[in-house]
Amino acid sequence: MATKARSSKKAPSKTGKAEMLKYYRDMLLIRRFEEKAGQLYGMGKIAGFCHLYIGQEAVVTGMQACLKEGDQIITGYRDHGHMLACDMDPKGVMAELTGRTGGYSKGKGGSMHMFSKEKNFYGGHGIVGAQVPIGTGLGFANKYRGTDNVAVAYFGDGAANQGQVYEAFNMASLWDLPIVYVIENNMYAMGTSVARHASETELYKRGISFEIEGEEVDGMDVTAVREAGEKAVKYARSGKGPYILEMKTYRYRGHSMSDPAKYRKREEVDDIRSHHDPIEGLKNQLIELGHASEEELKNIDKEIKGIVKEAADFSLESPEPNSSELWTDVLKDVEVA
Amino acid sequence: MSVDILMPALSPTMEEGTLSKWLKQEGDTVSSGDIIAEIETDKATMEVEAVDEGVLAKILIPEGTEGVKVNAVIAVLAEEGEDASKVEAKGDAGGQTTEESAESDEDTETEETNDEAEAPKAAVLSDPSIPEGTSFTDTTVRDALRDAMAEEMRRDESVFVMGEEVAEYQGAYKVTRELLQEFGARRVVDTPITEHGFAGLGVGAAFAGLKPIVEFMTFNFAMQAIDQIINSAAKTLYMSGGQMGCPIVFRGPNGAASRVGAQHSQDYSAWYGQIPGLKVVAPYDAADAKGLLKAAIRDPNPVVFLEHELLYGNSFPVPDLDDHILPIGKAAIKRAGTDVTLVAHSRMVGFALQAAETLAEQGIDAEVIDLRTIRPLDTETVIESVKKTNRIVCCEEGWRFFGVGAEIAATVTAEAFDYLDAPPARVHQKDVPLPYAANLEAMSLPNADDIVEAARRVCYVD
Repeated sequence: MATKARSSKKAPSKTGKAEMLKYYRDMLLIRRFEEKAGQLYGMGKIAGFCHLYIGQEAVVTGMQACLKEGDQIITGYRDHGHMLACDMDPKGVMAELTGRTGGYSKGKGGSMHMFSKEKNFYGGHGIVGAQVPIGTGLGFANKYRGTDNVAVAYFGDGAANQGQVYEAFNMASLWDLPIVYVIENNMYAMGTSVARHASETELYKRGISFEIEGEEVDGMDVTAVREAGEKAVKYARSGKGPYILEMKTYRYRGHSMSDPAKYRKREEVDDIRSHHDPIEGLKNQLIELGHASEEELKNIDKEIKGIVKEAADFSLESPEPNSSELWTDVLKDVEVA
Repeated sequence: MSVDILMPALSPTMEEGTLSKWLKQEGDTVSSGDIIAEIETDKATMEVEAVDEGVLAKILIPEGTEGVKVNAVIAVLAEEGEDASKVEAKGDAGGQTTEESAESDEDTETEETNDEAEAPKAAVLSDPSIPEGTSFTDTTVRDALRDAMAEEMRRDESVFVMGEEVAEYQGAYKVTRELLQEFGARRVVDTPITEHGFAGLGVGAAFAGLKPIVEFMTFNFAMQAIDQIINSAAKTLYMSGGQMGCPIVFRGPNGAASRVGAQHSQDYSAWYGQIPGLKVVAPYDAADAKGLLKAAIRDPNPVVFLEHELLYGNSFPVPDLDDHILPIGKAAIKRAGTDVTLVAHSRMVGFALQAAETLAEQGIDAEVIDLRTIRPLDTETVIESVKKTNRIVCCEEGWRFFGVGAEIAATVTAEAFDYLDAPPARVHQKDVPLPYAANLEAMSLPNADDIVEAARRVCYVD
């Protein structure tokens, strides 16, 4: 049942050069995008809440590599990385952060509420844990329609304590729904550490009483995530039911922009950053394996910076929504039969 | 090219702060993620991380400076290969930048707000006329609801019903009777007792394009699920800029049952009626129950469909039509009259009709309006009636405070003030949790006598 995977770091990776370079690029895009978002927040261009994904990039990048056309993704409010991983346009995401008409929700959703039907990204949910039953419903729809698509619902260690998560687990297992639950355990529910909020800190075991398989994964290692993800997605796709992956990860920034993170020591952050950073780790592997030179990686960095700059510029140039937008999208028009 | 480092806002409300400490000095190399300074706000001390890489060329605001405006340039970073001694700040130090950008932002805002946006008015709807010669069959509300679901499930493969005891038990109140036999377990889904979970699951299925009918055994239990109904189902279309529809029906008995005590006897019309993004339907008779539930299932929006347990067994004539469907958002005049308007919904319509008979015996000709839909509210029909009768009694089973009657009374007062010959009256449940004891329960709930009394009061006959 619930298994604790051995660290895959020592095992030779089956991942090829092209894939590794893609992961590097994808993770770097998320990192640079989030740094820019933090900067725009600091300039007052992004307002309200803004939850950055810096440090957790390997989780969504590795999982996305396991999915196919039509698979659905849903997450909570720390969602910018997930959208970029789903191949949503960084310009549209950044413009939503600045509340402009070019944003994915025309500026009406904000950081926590973005969606893309086209890319099968179902949000972007601001209520902690709400995405878990909703994601289970996406899985239900797949089974109802007889497709072999899988839904992936991401939630944090904090959300793992919400009652509705277990209501969803129960139904997903009872009805063998094709869904993978990815618990992004970044060690802190806002400022409360896992040890202080969870009676069972090994969250991959949370499915045991529902007979859901669970596995702990090194969420700072993109190839480990990919390997675990493939197993879980294959399991769900084959009709066997849900699967839980607990990704041990870490967020470098505070819970949101206004969090001074006094509940943890700076040394703890520095240690993870210097020894477990998912991007630095992959960069070293790429160089060691001779897949890329420093120079080549620098060029990727430059290219990413360009994409992020373009997104930021767009997000500041795009106008605020027209005042008529205040009244639109409340209800859909009823088609006369 | 050099990069300006700006005084960051570290919370949604911060406007200025103290630059308490520089942790990097001029000439130091900085990588993104390095902490370069500490800032104090009224709430906390925060660390400022570098976003870009380079050499800290110039510090423009010395440490210890108070009242540094957000967005002021505090330092300049020279990028790789650039001569640190020659860089200049592009923005102004000391807060000028903030004011300028704030001003320009204001300009656009003023322009936009001058262009006053008005809430669009709902289109006037009317019931499709029933062809002459149509026969009617007496049907219970229970069976009318059942028939509506069965017809829509036959018509559209994406419609399914889920909830507690809807399948093998045939429905806690037998509203889903025989659906399992016709449509099978795939489309008639028994859930565990897990309202929050299955409401959320239904929302997800609706996001994915299915059309779930989620039955709550009673709407009292939907309080467990109300976050999913409001935050997920009702708000997502707006929050997604129109991308994500949620075609779902939440249905079940609402309001007082009989002798079940306070926790199983609440009317939620006003609660859901307040939420933009929801439609709220509360029919009285079987024909409306059928026509409106069919419309609710076909509606691309989330619909809260409030039934009444004490009406399930009542029979009313239902037209024998292949597709009896009614518009959501249109009230019905159930009895025409000239002296006083009685507005009601759900079970209270029955009491209003009884009251009208009694009043007729006393020489008062009452008009009875069945709201049928709580949201969008058909205020036009109500106001037209009041213009004719000049008096109104708003009847509801729920509590008075912030209720449906309060909304109607306010609307009539605002929009038909000159037509009113008496202040609007309200009939409602007493302001206590519903008691169990038979005598107290009867005292607590509104009935036909209360409506008669209120009508006589606004007609100044007592």
